[in-house]
Amino acid sequence: MRKLRVLVAKLGLDAHDRGAKVVARAYRDAGFEVIYTGIYQRPEAVAEAAIQEDVDIVAISSLAGAHLTLIPQLIQLLRDQGADDMLVLAGGVIPDEDVPDLIKAGVAGVFGPGSDLDEIIRFTRERATQER
Amino acid sequence: MDLTTVLQRFQQGDRRALARAITWVENGTPESGELIRSTYPNTGRAHVIGITGPPGAGKSTLVDRLAARFRELGQSVAIVAVDPTSPFSGGAILGDRIRMQRTLTDPGVFMRSLASRGHLGGISIATGDVVGLLDAFGFDVILVETVGAGQSEVEIMELAHTTTVVLIPGMGDDIQAIKAGILEIGDVFAVNKADRDGADRTVMEIEMMLDLGHMGEAGINRWQGEAQINSGAAQRLDRTGHHGHADMSAAFTVSASARHAADRHGTANPGDLSWRPPVVKTTAKDGIGVEGLVDRMTQHLQFLRETGRWELLKQRDAAAKLRELITLRAARTVLDRAAAAGDLARLTGDVAARTLDPYTAAEEVLQRHLGI
Repeated sequence: MRKLRVLVAKLGLDAHDRGAKVVARAYRDAGFEVIYTGIYQRPEAVAEAAIQEDVDIVAISSLAGAHLTLIPQLIQLLRDQGADDMLVLAGGVIPDEDVPDLIKAGVAGVFGPGSDLDEIIRFTRERATQER
Repeated sequence: MDLTTVLQRFQQGDRRALARAITWVENGTPESGELIRSTYPNTGRAHVIGITGPPGAGKSTLVDRLAARFRELGQSVAIVAVDPTSPFSGGAILGDRIRMQRTLTDPGVFMRSLASRGHLGGISIATGDVVGLLDAFGFDVILVETVGAGQSEVEIMELAHTTTVVLIPGMGDDIQAIKAGILEIGDVFAVNKADRDGADRTVMEIEMMLDLGHMGEAGINRWQGEAQINSGAAQRLDRTGHHGHADMSAAFTVSASARHAADRHGTANPGDLSWRPPVVKTTAKDGIGVEGLVDRMTQHLQFLRETGRWELLKQRDAAAKLRELITLRAARTVLDRAAAAGDLARLTGDVAARTLDPYTAAEEVLQRHLGI
């Protein structure tokens, strides 16, 4: 089976990375190769990292409320560079009413607080192997 | 993207095509053979610099600074950073990008994180081929950062032209402990976190160790037999005192500046052009000492070129790669044939039951399926 690579990233002025680290660890324990880029990243830097690392999945953790601005920006940057086959996931503090907008922007799955890690892994593996 | 598209875009300098090519080579997909065939003629140009040292020595932070410095000098830079794969899940956390914020969106810099995927030599099996792709893509400098290394992760010296060993103050007796390990493979040493107590002492300990090795007959970091080289005789390519024998002949024309480079770094005997590894103090987090370190790396490259060792290294690499591939393929072929004929299962049973010893069993397989 092909090794799946996932970029776990945080965008903008969002310093709380505990959730991102828990998810990164869960991916690792499920056999994924996880590229973790740390906090305070611009969408341009995350898109460039995703391209250079040729990841299958980009998982964005957002706890600071800028998800409706920054995540669509990131997806647009990926599309501009022809990387529209990457699976983009969002997690963290994301109100239910924002989910449809994110899905419309191209996010494949949104995982709010209390999401089951096994479910995230299952969803990721199923969708990522379909996409490419 | 299919192979034709990737190859075409690769030639045009498309970074996404490069990234996909690396994925294929890393995974050993069917496309990787053709990729290597068509890019190999363009390799052999970049200066490959290895960065190794114990975990926490500051390798990633230093690599970030080195990349920025090489950019200032107008060089394009590729970075390959290897992190360990979990032996339990097969997964990995590749966190080297966290420390590399300085050059991340610079189009003259490309970085790729690799997982070691179970290989224990400090790099992954595919690292050499990945470096080849980056070389063919046209990067001037390729920085290869190993996993945190101790005594035996020395494979980087087979891949890099210039191996840099990064150490930190306060290792005390630990320096003694790793004396026989990665300390032997450095062409350049960096004592990082030099703002800490004990940096000067660490530098001194390394210098002493290097001088001891350097003065000995087959010491550390010596290239033996300059006279033999000049007479064109087959000679032993021995940079570290631990290389295997590589029979090659070459006639060197030693230039004045190579002599100067050798003199500058001190040698035991006048006229001996072996490279005495320099030791440089750095504080990577503040960028201190980085310019000096880059200067030493560049001098080492110059030294390799001007003494003809650059060409010898190419011979050595080619020989090693061929040997590796033939060994792998031959072993796989013989095993496949023996398995298909049922010999492997039968002999395995005999050896397990102690009715046959493993040496005789292996001999039988080789006679029957390899014809020796």
